[in-house]
Amino acid sequence: MNILVLMKQTFDPEEKIAFQYGTVSEEGVNFIINPYDEYAIEEGLLLRALHCGEVTVITVGTERAENGLRTALAMGADNAIIVNSEDLNLDEYSTVKILESIIKNREFDIILAGNVAVDYGSGQIGPRLAEELNIPQVTTITKLAIVGNEAVIERDVEGDKEVVMVTLPVLVTAQQGLNEPRYPSLPGITKAKKKPIERIEIDDLHIEDVLEVKTITTETFFAPKKGAGRILEGDIEAQVSELAILLRSEAKAI
Amino acid sequence: MRKVLVVTEAKAGNLRGVSLESLTAAQRIADGGEIIAVAFGSDAVHYANVLGKHGANKVYIVGNQELDVYTTDAYSQSLRQVIDEVVPEAILMPHTSIGKDLAPRIAARLGLGLISDVIDVQVEEDDVIFTRPVFSGKAFEKKKVVSGIPFATVRPNNIPVEEISGTIEIVHFYAEIKDLRTIVKEVIRKTAGGVDLSEAKVVISGGRGVKSSDGFKPLQELAEVLGGAVGASRGACDAEFCDYSLQIGQTGKIVTPDLYIACGISGAIQHLAGMSNSKVIVAINKDPEAPIFQIADYGIVGDLFEVVPLLAEELKKVLVNS
Repeated sequence: MNILVLMKQTFDPEEKIAFQYGTVSEEGVNFIINPYDEYAIEEGLLLRALHCGEVTVITVGTERAENGLRTALAMGADNAIIVNSEDLNLDEYSTVKILESIIKNREFDIILAGNVAVDYGSGQIGPRLAEELNIPQVTTITKLAIVGNEAVIERDVEGDKEVVMVTLPVLVTAQQGLNEPRYPSLPGITKAKKKPIERIEIDDLHIEDVLEVKTITTETFFAPKKGAGRILEGDIEAQVSELAILLRSEAKAI
Repeated sequence: MRKVLVVTEAKAGNLRGVSLESLTAAQRIADGGEIIAVAFGSDAVHYANVLGKHGANKVYIVGNQELDVYTTDAYSQSLRQVIDEVVPEAILMPHTSIGKDLAPRIAARLGLGLISDVIDVQVEEDDVIFTRPVFSGKAFEKKKVVSGIPFATVRPNNIPVEEISGTIEIVHFYAEIKDLRTIVKEVIRKTAGGVDLSEAKVVISGGRGVKSSDGFKPLQELAEVLGGAVGASRGACDAEFCDYSLQIGQTGKIVTPDLYIACGISGAIQHLAGMSNSKVIVAINKDPEAPIFQIADYGIVGDLFEVVPLLAEELKKVLVNS
């Protein structure tokens, strides 16, 4: 089974956000594999254990994203591909055009991705790519079983569970609960150092005519700072009745 | 002036609030132009009047039975046919489970940009500017489309609904649906009936401090008094006090209610990412050092099992007297 996994390297969610020259500063920031993409990688490895084949992880990113690929290789992925996006201004439209141009010439049975990235959070890449490749998609999945050419999938729909059947090839996006991603083992880390990473430059793809951005960011800003909150005082009964009145008359929240 | 297409959505026989919020956003974008709503499934015709009261001039009723349960293929085929007929100059869709699955697929097919999860829209000269949260609500960005028509998904609970009077024209539209590649075998409802967490105006949320699944009872009673929904932190879900479908946070649901009451929740970044943009935040926690107090508008340092039932009684009185 040929298994492709889409990966994005993101800010560690614990990091504070700072701006520099109007954009989010990356200085001193710890980067991780997008947590939802980690589920996708893990599921790819579990599928390989059952059905044999290879797991290939693909990312579009700058040089630092190679660290994410190394982690994926250390977890057990077989191959890694990075498309160098240094100095490129990309949006979801153009990112998917890049991915499509690489994937359409490769053999695959299933493509796994995270359902959303925790940085810019648009969640568009999976469904867009499925449309470009003209294959079905199943998003926010929590369970996946493949028998022959058929997949039986459970997906999370705003808390409810839906059971879906689909024929391969398919693109699925991972939701929390799909699995528990493994930590890279020491031998895994050693092996990963020897595994090659395929590096692709945009110019080699010859997609200039479709590589336009459709959306741009005009401004990035912080939420206006809230005034300090109020810790109520007095005995509990008095605090509770004060709170009820405040919610009604001051906050107008009820 | 722009002709705006608004994709509406219903759940369990009720039109979702975010459909009307999207119509209000559409009024701003249309700027006097025509607003066309589209509703799917055999119940769709029931929603026409309320859509008309919120700014839709025309509603496309796509009544095919195949649309009673959402599938990517049936919805994307139908919506594409409506778009081909309407030829909109902007498209809005709810940022819900359906919108997240459908909108990017439509955008790819039509070669459009898409701005996801917007909380505000303004028209500045000829540009439609959308605001959306990034980095789990720690910052915001303004975006616009530079090629093709504006297309966005709207986060529930952020755009105040405006009613307007008007008449509505109903267009019955039968979509040609074929070659469905996914089959929905079963839908298992795990969410308790009543108020949907992501659209609730009031959310009462419990953390590890609730100590057990029984510990959620006082929270549920308070939610009933306020007509709200109950949520939970990851800690409470990990400890198996409640189902993961209630989880609010970085992983889990993102909510922006008018009132968020955090009970026995310390306020880890994981949790704040899911609720910090709520309009009014109340924290109830035994530990005065809990980080949740730093983002709360009102805090009570105390035992939630004492405070929450008292608060429910007190709010009952306040609500009766109003």
